[in-house]
Amino acid sequence: MPREPVKLPNRVETLSILAADGRVDTDLEPALDPADLRRLYRTMLTCRRFDERALTLQRQGRLGTYGPSKGQEAASLGVAYALEKDDWLVPTFRETAGLLWRGWPVHTWLLYWGGFEAGNVPPDGVRDLPVSVPIASQCQYGMGLAWGCKLRGAGRVCATFCGDGGTSEGDFHEALNFAGVFNLPLVMVVQNNHWAISVPRSRQTASQTIAQKAIAYGMDGLQVDGNDILAMIVATREAVEKARTGGGPTLIEAVTYRLSMHTTADDPKKYRKDDEVKEWEPRDPLLRFRAYLQKKGLLDEPGEREIDAEIAAEIEQAVRQYEQYRQDPAEFVQYMYAELTPELQAQQAELRAYLERKHAPAPAPVS
Amino acid sequence: MAQLTMVKALNLALAEAMRENPNVLVLGQDVGLDEGVFRVTEGLLQEFGPDRCIDTPLAEAAIVGGGIGLAFTGFLPVCELQFDGFSFQAFHQVENHVRRFRNRTRGRYTCPLVIRMPYGGGIRAVEHHSEAPEATYAHLAGLKVVIPSGPRNARALLRAAILDPDPVIFFEPKAVYRAFREEVPDAPETMPIGKGVVARPGKDVTLIAYGAMLRVALDAAEELADEHDVDAEVLDLLSVSPLDGELINESVRRTGRAVVVHEAPRHCGVGAEIVARIVEGSLLYLEAPVKRVTGYDTIIPYFQNELTYLPDPARVVAAALETVRF
Repeated sequence: MPREPVKLPNRVETLSILAADGRVDTDLEPALDPADLRRLYRTMLTCRRFDERALTLQRQGRLGTYGPSKGQEAASLGVAYALEKDDWLVPTFRETAGLLWRGWPVHTWLLYWGGFEAGNVPPDGVRDLPVSVPIASQCQYGMGLAWGCKLRGAGRVCATFCGDGGTSEGDFHEALNFAGVFNLPLVMVVQNNHWAISVPRSRQTASQTIAQKAIAYGMDGLQVDGNDILAMIVATREAVEKARTGGGPTLIEAVTYRLSMHTTADDPKKYRKDDEVKEWEPRDPLLRFRAYLQKKGLLDEPGEREIDAEIAAEIEQAVRQYEQYRQDPAEFVQYMYAELTPELQAQQAELRAYLERKHAPAPAPVS
Repeated sequence: MAQLTMVKALNLALAEAMRENPNVLVLGQDVGLDEGVFRVTEGLLQEFGPDRCIDTPLAEAAIVGGGIGLAFTGFLPVCELQFDGFSFQAFHQVENHVRRFRNRTRGRYTCPLVIRMPYGGGIRAVEHHSEAPEATYAHLAGLKVVIPSGPRNARALLRAAILDPDPVIFFEPKAVYRAFREEVPDAPETMPIGKGVVARPGKDVTLIAYGAMLRVALDAAEELADEHDVDAEVLDLLSVSPLDGELINESVRRTGRAVVVHEAPRHCGVGAEIVARIVEGSLLYLEAPVKRVTGYDTIIPYFQNELTYLPDPARVVAAALETVRF
């Protein structure tokens, strides 16, 4: 009866394919369709340009609080690329790039950050959930979606996101626990961007990696360079394939960095050093992917100018559409139940009558 | 016709719904081999197998949150939480997601879940097993909150809850689970959610109750009739959200007097909303101030003393007489 290390059946590995300096591990490099590579780059760049535009709009008072994705575009985009149309994606608000790939228009994102519920509605045929604001709570219904996929038996999977801060929440652990117990086709992706507003990753968990938390739930964990689009695609493809064929869940830790603020409501200078940001800037997923495409001869200057112009036009069109959007001010009562309760019918009538009085033209002055 | 307890009647409703619709699932801890802590899921594992009567790990938030995802894939999950006192471990899923998805996605995603739990006091249970949190849930727009009072309406309302396209919190009064049997028809039946019934017609005072307090109110009405020559009408609300304000006001306008009875604490309880509805709808019909007979604004005492806390017929009779003699 000696004392020995416990042999655990699951693995934790790291994966990186495209280094920050542009070197590629050709053994691991996926063979991707050049047209797809160009489209991926275009989506990543759209996300970055949208971020910049959204920040300006927010500063001008034309958009509400905004949470940028800058620096994290590859993590969600790689996951989205590895999914099929009928798979599910459960995002937080930093998965803009992935959702753009899945077909969410820029206009819808503007509606969301502009304060309209319509910004939560995915386009027809897109099986994505809207963003979830209460941290990590979405892990539970992401797990439930994977559960439904398994019970339906149609080979569908669900990719669910949260951040490094989210891994401190009970929902994250409960969802992984259920996914392990029921062997669910869940790909749980943690975007470890190192900061939960002002609290660093080291204050969220004492474990060396987030990926290793997989072991406790009976699944494999993979720590991926989240700024490496190729590694994210390869890792997710592997996890999706495993999930689709009954192999159960995987935890992917996408190691990335929030190059910008948490949202427009905080100033990162207050809690983190500029030097740290400067260290991460050369590891920017967009720069890296661009260099990769240039080296492969898939992107040249005229091509870039063309893409830039297309994206600028797309965003301007979306901004116009967003700013022209009008909402029935009494609409918010409408969607509480499939059929309004008598009390809500009365409240809606009361509201409509009030709005009519409020907006009625002023009576003509009597002289 | 069969004579069933509420436990058996609820079990019947679950089995009927599961037979009719393969999308109906039951999930919770101990719902399988143990057949539920009160045996409401008896026989379901055997008849429907482990993919439809699903024993889960012990995590209320995952039972409810997982249920949301199951609903998005077309299932109709009936989540069992073991006791009302533990429902708060799933509360954030209910508040943040279950009640909001229809609204925040303009109807694209909905949560037609039923979240069942044993409710209320009176069975000499350990602490955290006797709460009456209905007002907490009734305050959350997007939910419906149902509390049956007997076997027949429990079966009909659970069926209605499963068929309802919106999320329903279904409170099952523990004190009624095995308290008595009632004739339950062979054919499945439903009752409308949000509608109460007149449990005993009367003309002098309206006693308004739900759940286990219905029998307390009915016993009080008997005593009022037998010993005080007061003819009390008793309303059984059955749902506290939506609340049947029409039924309440119609009755109070006839009797001019009302006593609200619930076992939950008084402050901001459902009784407060009922009184507000009466004041808004029938003030000039009132002959006396409306009385509330409720639990106290405390934590329900441990079971040695819980009957002191729970309204009994004597308290209801005293309150009714105060309004009659006002």
